[in-house]
Amino acid sequence: MAIDMNIERQVLRRTETSAEEIVVNFGPQHPSTHGVINFVTQTTGEIIRRSVPDVGYLHRGLEKIGELVPYPGYMPFTDRIDYLAAMFANEGYALAVERLLSVEAPPRARYIRAIAGELCRISNHFISIGTMATDIGAATPLTHALRERESVNDLLEELCGARLTFNCHRIGGVAYDLPAGWGDKVLRFLDHLDSYVQEFDRLISFNKIYVKRLANVGVITRAQAIDYGLVGPNLRGSGVKWDVRRDLPYGAYPDFEFDIPVGTGRFGTVGDCWDRYYVRVQEMLESSKIIRQALAKLPEGEIMAKVPRKLKPEAGEAVGRVESARGEMLYYVVSDGSEKAHRLRVRTGSFMAMAIIEELSHGIMVADLIAIIASLDVVAPEIDR
Amino acid sequence: MRITLGLDSTSLTRRYPKLAILATLFMAFALPAGLYLAALAIFPLNTPERIDATVDALAAWCGRLVGADWQVHLAGSPYRYLVYTLFLLLVAFIAVNYAAVFGGASTWVERRVAGRMQSRIGPNRTGAAGFLAWVADAVKMVLKEDTIPASADQLLFRAAPYFSMVGLLLPFVVLPFGESTVVTDMNVGVFYAAATSAFVVVGILVSGWASNSKWALFGGIRGAAQVLSYEIPAGIAMMVPVLMAGTLSMQGIVRAQGGWPWEWFVFRNPAAFVAFFIAVTSSLAEGNRTPFDLPEAESELVAGYHAEYSGFRLAIFLMVEWANMWIMAGLAVTLFLGGWQVPQFVAEDYARLFGTGLPPSLGWFLLQVASMLIFIIKTWALVFVFIWLRWTLPRVRVDQLMSVCWKYLVPGAFLCFIVTLLWQMLVPPVGMDYTGYALTLFALLVLGKFLVDTRRNIAKVKGHRVDLSNW
Amino acid sequence: MVTEEIATRLKAQFGEDVGALSESKGDRFVVVKSEKIVEVCRFLKTTAGLELDYCQDITAVDWPLRKTIEVVYHLYSLALRHGIVLKVETDRERPAVATVEGVWRAATWLEREIYDLFGVNFIGHADLRRILLPDDWVGHPLRKDYQEAGGYHGIENTRPDPLVQLTKVTEEKRKAVAAAATASAKAPAPDIASAPSSASAPSPSPEER
Repeated sequence: MAIDMNIERQVLRRTETSAEEIVVNFGPQHPSTHGVINFVTQTTGEIIRRSVPDVGYLHRGLEKIGELVPYPGYMPFTDRIDYLAAMFANEGYALAVERLLSVEAPPRARYIRAIAGELCRISNHFISIGTMATDIGAATPLTHALRERESVNDLLEELCGARLTFNCHRIGGVAYDLPAGWGDKVLRFLDHLDSYVQEFDRLISFNKIYVKRLANVGVITRAQAIDYGLVGPNLRGSGVKWDVRRDLPYGAYPDFEFDIPVGTGRFGTVGDCWDRYYVRVQEMLESSKIIRQALAKLPEGEIMAKVPRKLKPEAGEAVGRVESARGEMLYYVVSDGSEKAHRLRVRTGSFMAMAIIEELSHGIMVADLIAIIASLDVVAPEIDR
Repeated sequence: MRITLGLDSTSLTRRYPKLAILATLFMAFALPAGLYLAALAIFPLNTPERIDATVDALAAWCGRLVGADWQVHLAGSPYRYLVYTLFLLLVAFIAVNYAAVFGGASTWVERRVAGRMQSRIGPNRTGAAGFLAWVADAVKMVLKEDTIPASADQLLFRAAPYFSMVGLLLPFVVLPFGESTVVTDMNVGVFYAAATSAFVVVGILVSGWASNSKWALFGGIRGAAQVLSYEIPAGIAMMVPVLMAGTLSMQGIVRAQGGWPWEWFVFRNPAAFVAFFIAVTSSLAEGNRTPFDLPEAESELVAGYHAEYSGFRLAIFLMVEWANMWIMAGLAVTLFLGGWQVPQFVAEDYARLFGTGLPPSLGWFLLQVASMLIFIIKTWALVFVFIWLRWTLPRVRVDQLMSVCWKYLVPGAFLCFIVTLLWQMLVPPVGMDYTGYALTLFALLVLGKFLVDTRRNIAKVKGHRVDLSNW
Repeated sequence: MVTEEIATRLKAQFGEDVGALSESKGDRFVVVKSEKIVEVCRFLKTTAGLELDYCQDITAVDWPLRKTIEVVYHLYSLALRHGIVLKVETDRERPAVATVEGVWRAATWLEREIYDLFGVNFIGHADLRRILLPDDWVGHPLRKDYQEAGGYHGIENTRPDPLVQLTKVTEEKRKAVAAAATASAKAPAPDIASAPSSASAPSPSPEER
C-alpha cells in the first residue's frame, strides 16, 4: 500500500528538521489516548514544542448513515456515537426528532430518561476518573471504579437489556418501563455510592503525588474555554457555571434540585486538570441526588407518546440538546418531508475539546500532555463519529 | 453440528486437580527447600580452613569406598585456589538460582496481592492458587519468537539485557541471607553493592538506544537520568549505618545490630530513622518501581526501554525488575532492620554452637535456619510494602522526580549523615538504647493508629461488599 | 432577549444583508449574505446586550435541488441565555465563505470538518485541510452526489455477499456427496483396505447438517 505516511509534512506542516527535535506519534494505538487518536508531537527531549491531534481513525460516517436510515431506525446508531454515555446520545436524538414532530414524551418517560441518563453519567464518570488515574500511574482506582460501575451496568441491564449500547429511548418516549423492585436496588446502590466516593477521594483524588501531577497543568482560562466552545465538565472546570440541564432545561430536569459543581482552583489555578477531574467526581454525587428525587416523584402513566410507525415529519429543522456526560451534545436534524432525515448533525463535546490541545501543548512535558488529554475526557467515537 | 478435535479443551489442571496441587507444592516448597538445604549444607563451609578440612575428609571417605587410601592435603596443594574458586562458583550459583526463583515467585505474589487490592482475584488457574503462572509465563517467554528490529543496532540490542542481568546478580554475592549464609563477606560489601547495582542503568540505556525507536529512547534516557540521580541519596543514606557500625562489610553491619527491634539501627538514631526512608525511596527509584517507574511508564511510553524486546530477552528485563526488589529490600533490611539477627542470640552463641571440627552441631544448623528465616521474612515484608506502594500511588513526573531527588533527598541525606556523625561521637551507648526504645514505641504507635484508621475507613463505606469467595 | 429581538437588532444594523427571521416551524433562522458573515458574527459577539460568545455548532446542509450548500451557524450566549441560528447560502458548484475563525476559535475545527465532508472553502482559514478523512481522500462524502471511488489504496469497499457464498459451498458439497454415494453403491463389496474411504463418504453428511 502506497499511502503517504509522512505525518510530519501533513500534520505538522513543517519540512525543516532540527537536530534536537524528534517527532513522536502518540497513537493511534496507545493506552492513554482514550481511543484511536493520534497526537503528532514535536519534542525536544521531554519538552513538547507542539502537539497536533490527528483524528479520523474511527470515522464511520454516522452522519451520512442518518440520511440513509429512517428516523426510528437510527436510534441504535446513536449509541455508537458515544458508547460510554449512550443514554444521552439516544435522548438527544429523540429530543430533536420529537421537536420536529411537535410531540412531547409523557411525564413518566421524561422521568425515566432522567434516571437512566444520570445512572449513565455515573457510569461514564467512573470510567473517566478511573482511566485518568491510570494514565497518571495509579492502576488501582480504575479497577475499583470498574467494580462500582458493574453495579450500574447490572441495573441498566435490568432496565433495557444492554450493558453498553442501550438503545433504550425511542422517539416519543422510552422503550422499557422500570422493572419491579428496580427502584429499591437503585437506592441501595446510591447509598453505597455516596459513601464510596469519599473512599475513592481518599485513595486518589487528594493524593499528594496525584495533585502535584495535575495542579497547574493544562490551565484553560474562562475566556479560552468559552472561545473554543468547550462544554460539560471541561467548561465547568474553568469556572463557568453552565449546564444545559439547568440553563436550557429539557425533560424532567426542571423538577429537580441539584447543584452545578465548578472548578475552584482548590489545589492550583482554576481550570487546571485537577479541577476538571474533581468536577466529574462531584457530578457523580449530584447525579445521585437527581436520581433519588426522580425515584421519589416518579409519576404514573404511559412511557410512550402516540407516534406513527413511519415517521414523516414536515419539512423543517430542529435542534435537540442534552447535557451528556462529556458535555452538551447537540443534534441538528433537517427534514425534507420524507421518512429519512435530509441532514443529521451531531456536535459532540469531545470534538470541541480536541482543538484546544494544540494550544495547550506548547512547552509542556510529555507526561502533562497525557494528563491534559485524560482530563478533557475525550473519546474517539465522539470525535470521529 | 459438533466438531470434535483430538484434545478436550479443559486445561490439565482442571482435569487432574491433584496433579496441580502436587506440582504447586513442589514448586512452592520443594524447590526453595532444596535451595535452602543446599545453602545450609554448603554455605557454612565458606572459610578456607573449613574447605580444606571438608575436601580432605571427602577424599578420605571416597578412598575408603574404593578401597584405596587417598590423602589430599588441600592446604599445601598448588590447586587450592582452584578448589576455592570452584566452591565460590557453586555458592554463587545457588544465590543466582535464588535470584531467578525469587524473580518468578515474586511476580505471583505481586499479581495476587495486586488482585486483592483491586478487588479481583489474580491468577488462580495454573496450579493451585495460580502459583504455577510464573512458570508458565517463563516457558511461554522462552518459546516466543525472538524479534529484533531490522534497524536496531544488532550487537548492542542483543547484549543489553545481559548488562542489566549482571547488575542484578552481582549484589546477590554480598547479601547476607543468614549468619553464615553469604556467598562472600567482602570487607567493602556496602560499597560493592551500591556500585554494582547501578550497572542496571547500562542495560537500560543501551537497550533504549539500540532499539532505534523513539519510545525506547525516551524510556532509556529517563531511566538513566533517574538511576544516576538517585544513586547519590541512596549512597549517602547507606553511609549512615556504616558510620554506626564502623565497617563497610555487610556481615559486620548486621553483627553490630541486635535481634530485637530496639537494637536495629533504624531505631537507634533519629537520623537513621530518616535515612531509612531516604534509602528506601532512593532504592525504589533505582529499581524503577512506582511511583518512580517513568522509564517504563505503561500509560505513557508503553514499556519504554524494553518496548522492542520479546521472548527471552524481555523475560530477562522483567526478571531484573522483579528480582531487583529483593536487592532493594535486602539492602534495607541488612543495613537498617537488623538483617538476620535472631533475638536473644549473640555472636558468641553461634561460635559456641558450632563446636569444633566438622560437621557443626544440630543446634548450630537450627540457629542458621532461624537466621535465614528471619532475614527472608523481613525482606518479604519489605517487598510486600513495595508491591503495596506500586499499586496505590500514581507516578511522578520527570521534573518532579529530579526535584525530589536533588532538592529534598540529597540535602536530607547529607543532614542525616552529619547528625549521625555527631550522634556517634557525642551520645553514649545507653543513650542509643533509650532512643531505641523510644523510637520503637513510636513506630508501634504509628502502626496501631494506621490499623485503627483503616478499620474505621472501611466501616464508613456503607452498602454491599464485593464477594471474593471464588478464590 | 429572545431570538426575535436579536433578529430585529441584526436587521437594524445590517439592513439588506440580513434576511428576515424564518417562520416559526421548528427552529427559526436568519439568512445572511455570505460576504457579510464575519461582520455579522463579530457584531453578534461584541455588542453589549447580545454577547453571543458561544459558537455551538457550524455545519452545512446540502440542497442539490436548490443548488446550494447552506452553512449553518448555531450561536448562543452563555451569560445572557439567548441565541440565534444563522445561515449562509453558498453556490453548490464552488462553495466558499469567509472563515469566522477570528471571532470564535471553536470555528477552526468545525470549519475543517465542513471542508472535509462538503468541500466548502473557508477563505482565510489558517489550516484548511481534511480532518476526519485521510489527506488524500477523493471526494466530499456528505454531499448528496458523492460516489464512492471504489476502494482506497487497494482496500476494497465491497465484499461478496457471505450468504451467497455459503449457499454455493453447501450446494457443491451436497452434489459431491450424492455423486460419491451413488458411485459407492454401484461398486463391488469393499475390502478392508477401501473400507475407511467408503465409510468416510456418508459421514460428512451429519456434519453438514
